[in-house]
Amino acid sequence: MSWLLPRPAVASLWAVLAFLLTPAVRADDGTARSLLVQAILSTNVKEQVELIGKLETVESDVVPAVLNAWRDGAVFIHEGPDGQKIPFLRADGKAIRIDDGNSIEASETAPVETTTKLRRAMKSALDVLSIAGTDPQARRAAVTKLSMTQNAAYLPIFEARLAVEKNPAVLTSLHEAIAITRLAGTDPAAKITAIDYLSKNRVIRSLDFLKKLSNDANPEVAAAAKKSVASMEGYLRIVEFWGTLFRGLSLGSILLVAALGLAITFGLMGVINMAHGEIIVVGAYTTYLVQNIFGAGAFLPFFGLSLNIPGLHLGGALYESYFLFAIPISFVVAAIVGIALERGIIRFLYSRPLESLLATWGMSLVLQQLFRLIFGANNVQVYSPSWLSGNFTISDVLLGWNRLFVIGFATAIVLLVWLLLTRTSLGLLIRAVMQNRDMASCMGVRTERVNMLTFALGSGLAGLAGAFLSQLGNVGPGLGQSYIVDCFMTVVVGGVGNLVGTIYSALGIGVVDQALQPVLGPVMGKITVLAAIILFLQWKPGGLFPTRSRSLEG
Amino acid sequence: MAHSEVRRFEVWGIAIAVVVILGVLPALNAFVPETNPLHISNFTINLYGKYLTYAVLAIGVDVLWGFTGLLSLGQCLFFALGGYTFGMYLMLKIGKLGQYKSDLPDFMVFLGYNKLPPHWVPFYSFWFAVAAVILVPGIVAFVFGYLAFRSRIRGVYFSILTQALTYGACLMFFRNDFTFGGNNGLTDFKFVLNYDINSAATQRAFYMLSGLLLLGSYVFSRWLTTTKFGKVQRAIRDSENRVLFSGYATANFKLFVFVYAAVISGMAGALYTPQVGIINPSEMSPEKSLEAVVWVAVGGRGTLVGPIIGSVGVNALKSWATRAFPDLWLIILGGLFVLIVLFMPKGIVGIPGQIQELRKRLKRRESAVAVPAGGAASSSAE
Repeated sequence: MSWLLPRPAVASLWAVLAFLLTPAVRADDGTARSLLVQAILSTNVKEQVELIGKLETVESDVVPAVLNAWRDGAVFIHEGPDGQKIPFLRADGKAIRIDDGNSIEASETAPVETTTKLRRAMKSALDVLSIAGTDPQARRAAVTKLSMTQNAAYLPIFEARLAVEKNPAVLTSLHEAIAITRLAGTDPAAKITAIDYLSKNRVIRSLDFLKKLSNDANPEVAAAAKKSVASMEGYLRIVEFWGTLFRGLSLGSILLVAALGLAITFGLMGVINMAHGEIIVVGAYTTYLVQNIFGAGAFLPFFGLSLNIPGLHLGGALYESYFLFAIPISFVVAAIVGIALERGIIRFLYSRPLESLLATWGMSLVLQQLFRLIFGANNVQVYSPSWLSGNFTISDVLLGWNRLFVIGFATAIVLLVWLLLTRTSLGLLIRAVMQNRDMASCMGVRTERVNMLTFALGSGLAGLAGAFLSQLGNVGPGLGQSYIVDCFMTVVVGGVGNLVGTIYSALGIGVVDQALQPVLGPVMGKITVLAAIILFLQWKPGGLFPTRSRSLEG
Repeated sequence: MAHSEVRRFEVWGIAIAVVVILGVLPALNAFVPETNPLHISNFTINLYGKYLTYAVLAIGVDVLWGFTGLLSLGQCLFFALGGYTFGMYLMLKIGKLGQYKSDLPDFMVFLGYNKLPPHWVPFYSFWFAVAAVILVPGIVAFVFGYLAFRSRIRGVYFSILTQALTYGACLMFFRNDFTFGGNNGLTDFKFVLNYDINSAATQRAFYMLSGLLLLGSYVFSRWLTTTKFGKVQRAIRDSENRVLFSGYATANFKLFVFVYAAVISGMAGALYTPQVGIINPSEMSPEKSLEAVVWVAVGGRGTLVGPIIGSVGVNALKSWATRAFPDLWLIILGGLFVLIVLFMPKGIVGIPGQIQELRKRLKRRESAVAVPAGGAASSSAE
């Protein structure tokens, strides 16, 4: 409960009102209030400490609120006209009587004083109460926090709680807390039992305490601690390994989705599309627009004109489902931009790859500036649906839903592209044109049209990548630039013209990058990956899976 | 003979340009009083000096791209490396006059160094710095070029790798602990040798040195392209495999050209830094190198006048457009680039040739009025 905490940001007016209207919800509230009033009005410190000790067993949310206020100097005494003393506290600028919870008209007085001894008593009462709250999550957090102090005084509290606690997660936390606290004790046998317990249950947060114990005066304790530190570190390495692998795979999947489009336009068609990054951004901004259409609408200033898109003002689950609609729309919009690019520029340059590189770079500059003019130079905010945020752990490996979703999404896309290329007639035509354009043309394939559709497919995939990147980071005009070099590297390492190679190289680069980052830092990690790629190409100039061809220039 | 006529025309053109750039303009700056309308302001000299260094960079790009068929998207890396090596000397020359009154450059004091890193120490010497301006870009180019050409990385792959190289270097120089000033780079220069770097005379000297460097690289590149070496160079551009099968070690030819281009770019960078007063990692970002490629494409690649016209022209346009239409500059640049690539593959220098061809085609069409035009259709389907 936050209704009476002195911090105004935490206390809410509604909670205060609810409290005022229902002065006695629980049976213990009355006991709590009378004990509190006695304690505040008493002049004998010893009696006060005793009264506070009694409060530890009273189950009421009033106790922690009032004790916290008292500790922070927000409890006052109002003297009535007949000399009667009424203690009250101030929260949110309101004065509330402690004896019945009603509000009171009171003048400013000095707060009730506290001594060090009293504050200590209050703190211990609050600690005990914190592990007896109603929310199991909060109980666990409180137990963990208390155990990290390794204060032997908490042992009886933990043990008392152990007897009444029912929630299995909190019970585990209590056992761990007792073991951690015992580590600081004096009895070597108890220490060794605790060490065994901690290392058997792989309690990672006890690692530092165990490390300290490996220099213990008692050789047996030290040996046990050393052994458990070693086993714990081994376990941590495994956790780290799986965590890195998972993060690497998810980064690789992002790279894969981004590079797959490029693998099709660059790898299969031989077109160097430097505007690929900007097509990714088209996808990301499309997601942003779809989000805004589902929400409050969008306002786009553009060369003095302005476009006002009304919003649907949806809420809750409907609003959150915007992302499901954004995925196909991003694909279509990016594909249309791709077709425009292909029809307008690239089709004139199929025989001149270096020049298609330059022309598309020119287009990328134009597009970047257009984004800046339409959406502003700053990043725009794209909210992740709630089903994409959050995470869960499997034996201490942290798995984020969004990362998991990226991996699944990339798998689905790869599967779909594979099906498209191998199981449809369009796929057959695409492969025919890419293998031998002239021959395909002679057989009656409309190569111009196939080129256009292939480029649209590649661009659409880039749009999907953009929709995805919008969920993982900022969306701004320069988003594409930060991916373009990585994408080209991925395709070149995989072997140009080979989609399978792109998959391997994307996942490989992702994992290597994540493995290097903790050691070298993000920037050095990236530089090392770039250098490694340049050296790798020394060894295998055609990439992982070079295209075999009898043609000299091929 | 037409050929010797062109040659005479070229010699006269160079002579006039040299007189104007190295004689008239500095003289107008130095000796004509400021009130006179003929006076060239210090600002203009400074600006032109910058353009001249850009022109050298563009010649470097063109020697690679226009004459050897190697499109380097990382040429600004060498430009910036030259700038950094000379900048290091200029930083040490500041001495105790920096913000922190320390022997160390300001950013080192700021980042908590107590001692000059060992690789900075030799840069107290002017001549060492001058040698490094040539050697550092040269060695980097040699190592990268050796690796790339040995494994026969060609065409677009070479372009992408050079881009990755400059991107990686750019990220590296942005780091504070790389000892080159992080993203602020090197700046606040005060002296060169014992002259005040900001005085009009020193700036004029840098301007004239830039002009001489441009002249030197033009003449050397021009001479190189007329030799047998130049013929092999162009043969590599047109069909590398044939050259290879004729028994030429194409990798060595390419390596030489790559290192040469890097060295002149580095020297240009070294002259650029004192004139602009700052060198920072954004100079080696991939976009800058692509911009240099734009200059060459606009001016006309495969010629040596083209890059000079292109770099000066595009930069003059940039100076004007970024003030007149700050929002639209990138759109203008990008659009210009697309148009040039699509419609003017030979750039500004190629315009007369294109007009001539157009005229010829029109004439042919006129003469073929009676005959249904089959030839016109085939000539337009390029």
